[in-house]
Amino acid sequence: MSLDLGETLESPSSPATDSVATPPPPTSATPTAIPRIALVGTPNCGKTALFNALTGARQKVANYAGVTVERKEGPVVAADGWRGRVVDLPGTYSLRARSPDEAVTRDVVLGRFAGEAEPDVIICVADATNLRLVLRLALELKSVGRPMVLALNMFDIAERQGWRIDVERLSRELGVPVVTTVATRKRGMETLLDAVRGLAVRPIEAHAWREPTSTELRVAHREAERIRKACVTQPTQPDTLTGRLDSVLLHPIAGSAILLTVLFLMFQAVFTWAQPVMDLIKAGFDHLATLVAQVMPEGVLRSLITDGVISGVGSVLVFLPQILILFLFIILLEDFGYMARAAFLMDKVMGGAGLHGRAFIPLLSSFACAIPGIMGARVIDSKRDRLTTILVAPLMTCSARIPVYTLIISAFIPNKTVWGFVNLQGLVMFGLYGAGIVSALLVGFIIRKLFWRGASEPFIMELPAYKLPDAKNVIMGVLTRAKIFLRRAGTVILSMMILIWFLSSVPGKPAGAVGPAIDYSFAGMIGHFIEPVLRPIGFNWQIAVALIPGMAAREVSVAALGTVYAVAGGAEAVGPLGNALHNQWSMPTALAFLAWFIFAPQCASTFGVVKRETNSWAWPTAMFAYMMALAYLAAFAAFHIAKASGL
Amino acid sequence: MFSGRAKSPESSGVVPLGSAARGFSGVVVGVGVASNDGGLQAGELERRLLEIGFVEGARVEILHEGAIGRDPIAVRLDDMRVALRRREANAVMVQADAGEAAYLTAAE
Ligand SMILES: Nc1nc2c(ncn2[C@@H]2O[C@H](COP(=O)(O)OP(=O)(O)OP(=O)(O)O)[C@@H](O)[C@H]2O)c(=O)[nH]1
Ligand SMILES: [Mg+2]
Repeated sequence: MSLDLGETLESPSSPATDSVATPPPPTSATPTAIPRIALVGTPNCGKTALFNALTGARQKVANYAGVTVERKEGPVVAADGWRGRVVDLPGTYSLRARSPDEAVTRDVVLGRFAGEAEPDVIICVADATNLRLVLRLALELKSVGRPMVLALNMFDIAERQGWRIDVERLSRELGVPVVTTVATRKRGMETLLDAVRGLAVRPIEAHAWREPTSTELRVAHREAERIRKACVTQPTQPDTLTGRLDSVLLHPIAGSAILLTVLFLMFQAVFTWAQPVMDLIKAGFDHLATLVAQVMPEGVLRSLITDGVISGVGSVLVFLPQILILFLFIILLEDFGYMARAAFLMDKVMGGAGLHGRAFIPLLSSFACAIPGIMGARVIDSKRDRLTTILVAPLMTCSARIPVYTLIISAFIPNKTVWGFVNLQGLVMFGLYGAGIVSALLVGFIIRKLFWRGASEPFIMELPAYKLPDAKNVIMGVLTRAKIFLRRAGTVILSMMILIWFLSSVPGKPAGAVGPAIDYSFAGMIGHFIEPVLRPIGFNWQIAVALIPGMAAREVSVAALGTVYAVAGGAEAVGPLGNALHNQWSMPTALAFLAWFIFAPQCASTFGVVKRETNSWAWPTAMFAYMMALAYLAAFAAFHIAKASGL
Repeated sequence: MFSGRAKSPESSGVVPLGSAARGFSGVVVGVGVASNDGGLQAGELERRLLEIGFVEGARVEILHEGAIGRDPIAVRLDDMRVALRRREANAVMVQADAGEAAYLTAAE
């Protein structure tokens, strides 16, 4: 009898199965087949780092439990040309999966994953400095009956701390080969592969795994503890740094103050550090536009390039430095080991809002983008807690809102210092992020109160040891984001911009007409058609034009405004978009625009992911409806309050 | 809900982990015995606690407490650190180390 809470919500792409062992399928290890090797282990032991080291992939590695929530496969080639396929899996303490991510691991290991045979070899990955739980897991994995290798990973740390591990004895006790590895330095990879190859040819035993009872768990724990005592001696230089740092970072008062300061600094940095580089990029694009205007004859093509491509895509690319600074901060926090501490500090607040304590990590990563945040919610075992997290994740201020916020803030909020040291623009930015967080908590609270009363799920989470972020990993992470951003600019944003330019220029101005051409274009017509709906919240028809393509991606709204105002003003208006807005919008309109973007459902791919994760259109639809309603209300309130107070 | 300090040590000195205060150190003597008002069946919570290492004989020490209501708690559990809410911690029975020394062994 199983109690699979995780499965009540569509367990991503895994067939629903009961936990009773099924007879093994015919063995797949024919000599010609390429062997498949599964990486299994407790959370945060370095499985993905090992996967990257073996396959040369660049999957996300970070210092908290629950980074990997999907199955990833990649090829491995040994020095002598031998080939295999490696499968990276979410971390788990047992095969008795409780959450959707753990269900993936269970299903792959037991050969229940849709259309997939069992792996030929299992590499059980262990954090060499934290063996107790993984030894029990290794015993459980052995009962699956697959050939197995134990990789004692993070062996560099174990050596530094002076752990003494009797590898041969451990291998004898467990009855499997044991290899030491340092995944982040690619040490021990050939030895590991040799050990795997020695097993891949072995016949496969029938597997006999079934869900252990609590008594069996205790017995296995005792056996694991016996093995550990026999093979491992305590470190001579244990990690005291983590304890000392925690006494500050988890301090009830100092810890919360530090968390707030870190977030505050992050948004100040996004605003102030990025400025010089942004000015440089902006100047570059302005220069380019003038250059093109000089060398190209006046005409349709020149308009497309200056108004559509340069002022549109350029207006988005300018924000690259800000987005990278934000990612730098998030990656540093993740690698350092701070995320789990933030979740600890926020647990009560999250719990009060009806959210699961662990939800803070997916929500914090939603600052980068809601999509990994929504997928990260797979680590939450309860269906309701997970759905609530998914529903509120898009309220967290993702990096695609940065262009919108920055543009409006720098056009309307004076760049001055308040209270001696705080940059006012940075403060408003912090406020917008705060508004996102507070509304996510409020919506979570309301969902919980209205629909899902009842007790919340347990919160039990390992706190990893702090690690100095690895420079290479950090740089790779930031560069990956830069590439993703540039690719978006070159594809989605560029094609939207060409479309918008087209709609804004066609059909051309009738002979003898007064006013700019855009008034007579399709875009103008659409904008004027929608405007009445948006007038109560202070939006003009140009904004209406920009909002529609913004549905594809939020940044496009900024680019679209650039094009709309550039086309409207003629070629000479190519220049700072902020100035154009400053002259054309009232303060209440600008504030309403900001308020709108806190809530507006404006990213098609987010809805796609919510559909995939919940396996129904009902949830993305509900999400769209509630976000749209909130956006309209918030913009309405912002516009009228600002107007009434004479701004 | 829970008393802030460890309950005045009974003759046995066995208390639920969820009722112990920061600085407490001792040994796990039972898991899954306390009443559980949570959304889980007691047996399920027991297995989860066992899987993350709360097993009879394990050493525990309460390192930190949350700011609001002193909840959740961060404990050292043998060689690892675990955060959990007091409600779940109540299902773990712990025996305090002998004497008052238990209170003095704060986090290094
Ligand atoms: N020093 C050292 N650090 C390592 C080693 N392997 C992994 N790490 C670090 O350990 C942390 C966790 O690594 P991951 O590869 O993300 O761990 P994982 O097992 O995939 O974690 P989940 O996907 O969350 O289960 C990261 O901070 C890595 O940089 C190693 O051999 N030595
Ligand atoms: Mg991983």
